Amino acid sequence: MSLYDQLRHLADSYGLIGLLVLFLGLCLWVFRPGAKQQNREAAHLIFRDDEIEGRDHGR
Amino acid sequence: MQAEAALGRAGLWFGVLILSIVMAATARDPGFAAHATIIGVVAFVLMWMSAVRFDPMGRARGFFRIPEGPSRYDDDPVRWGVLATMAWALVGMLAGVFIASQLAFPQLNIEPYFNFGRVRPLHTSAVIFAFGGNILIASSFYVVQRTCRAQLAFPALARFVFWGYQLFIVLAASGYLFGVTQSREYAEPEWYVDLWLTIVWVAYLIVFVGTLARRTEPHIYVANWFYLSFIITIAMLHIVNNLAVPVSLNGSLSFSAFAGVQDALTQWWYGHNAVAFFLTVPFLAMMYYFVPKQAERPVYSYRLSIIHFWSLIFLYIWAGPHHLHYTALPDWAQTLGMVFSVILWMPSWGGMINGLMTLNGAWDKVRTDPIIRMMVMAMAFYGMATFEGPMLSIKAVNSLSHYTDWTVGHVHSGALGWNGLISFAAVYFLVPRLWKRERMYSLRMINWHFWLATLGIVFYAASMWVAGITQGLMWREYGADGYLVNSFAETVAALHELYIIRAVGGAMYLAGAVIMGFNVWMTIAGRLREEAPMGAMPAYDSDKDRPLAGSAIPEPAE
Repeated sequence: MSLYDQLRHLADSYGLIGLLVLFLGLCLWVFRPGAKQQNREAAHLIFRDDEIEGRDHGR
Repeated sequence: MQAEAALGRAGLWFGVLILSIVMAATARDPGFAAHATIIGVVAFVLMWMSAVRFDPMGRARGFFRIPEGPSRYDDDPVRWGVLATMAWALVGMLAGVFIASQLAFPQLNIEPYFNFGRVRPLHTSAVIFAFGGNILIASSFYVVQRTCRAQLAFPALARFVFWGYQLFIVLAASGYLFGVTQSREYAEPEWYVDLWLTIVWVAYLIVFVGTLARRTEPHIYVANWFYLSFIITIAMLHIVNNLAVPVSLNGSLSFSAFAGVQDALTQWWYGHNAVAFFLTVPFLAMMYYFVPKQAERPVYSYRLSIIHFWSLIFLYIWAGPHHLHYTALPDWAQTLGMVFSVILWMPSWGGMINGLMTLNGAWDKVRTDPIIRMMVMAMAFYGMATFEGPMLSIKAVNSLSHYTDWTVGHVHSGALGWNGLISFAAVYFLVPRLWKRERMYSLRMINWHFWLATLGIVFYAASMWVAGITQGLMWREYGADGYLVNSFAETVAALHELYIIRAVGGAMYLAGAVIMGFNVWMTIAGRLREEAPMGAMPAYDSDKDRPLAGSAIPEPAE
């Protein structure tokens, strides 16, 4: 079997499944328990040292 | 600078100067000689600067009124980047209006340096790599420092990135006019310019990752994910697509490492991912930072922004083959490209909705803040372009649209609408902050810019839709005798008026950019225009907001 064939079979079997699982895992990771608070903090991170005092930025 | 160091540097530049003179003298073609001359001039200026320890930046800093020294953040490269963005925007858009006029009036082709074939890559590279590239480098340096709360790593290297990138642009642009091209769309520069860009790009990666490593903020904000994927992927695409063997070391000509359909697929794997990882992903990074900052509200869903990121990373890279429908490319590869392009519609719209919904509860700012208005229009065009793209990638639609002006219209609704407007908004956001001004010189001029740009795009896109469908239908029209009805020249003649409308739309867009240039200039000069605030309430006087004072006192009847 040529190198091309080997790579091609890897690409349409384990490679494909591996990438798909990785992709779904990365997407589901943000839904893990406890992620909500971290996401909220990350979204507010850019406002922490703003000039405007006393604003809650929709919190 | 120590005297020995200055002497050593002057010696180094002298060596480069001598080498470039030798290259120019022995060059096999005039284009290569011209480029060697440019390098020689740069080396001479640098040698002279290091020899007399002259500080031209100091003088230029005074001229551009750049505040002294880094206080918390190193913003000098950002300021230079914003100025370069503005200058290249005007050059690139002027070139665009010029070639649009050439298509309507072929007499404007000035042989040999300014004919369509040479100015067209000048236009595309100037707007994508010079205008777009500069705002991406500048904004990434700005955003990475703010979100990491750390000063830029390797300040000298960051300055090299800026100036090295400008040299790349000058070499690329002058090369096109001299006829130096490897004829790969959006990758026209020849081998030695590609090598130079590779060096600059690796330096860019080192500065960016170095700053991330120095961060004092534990979390890396999502905008930086987008910027980092842009830097890494563009490096990969650039190196693979530009694998070539030069004919000689003192000539510009080279030949691609690939041939035939493999070459075509490599080129469009590069070409489409240049759209993805140069024109989409890093501009989304700008969206995820500047839109929340300008709206003063956090991004609608941080979770969605992460899903948006991973979806683009995993899906975009497969969409390239849709540029090669109905060619020698195997059918399965064409179908793969089409399917992934259609799937891409979902994450693209997810990202657009995420950006637009950031304004949830602050929609009144669209009325009062022209920068927000510009951002909203940019995201709307992102949505339109990412709907039109998947649709055009469907083979049945593509059989009509391919090679027609519909494609040109699609690209420009994305480039002018999405990339252009979000970049303008970012510049309007950055200039008052970088030059420590209260606000832009004039908000009403931003509004003029917004409307000129938006109407310009409407003229452009609408005329190209009509032109493209006209062209596509005329090309495929068969008569009863089984022969094509129209000659190619007839299909060109049919588009004349539409080409004029397109040039007018482009000129309106350019006019908006000229207004912006004036506005930025006056802001940097420290001026504030006296003007009525936008979306202000009608005059309100609380003293008069009550029953008539006199009526309370009883008056005698007459």
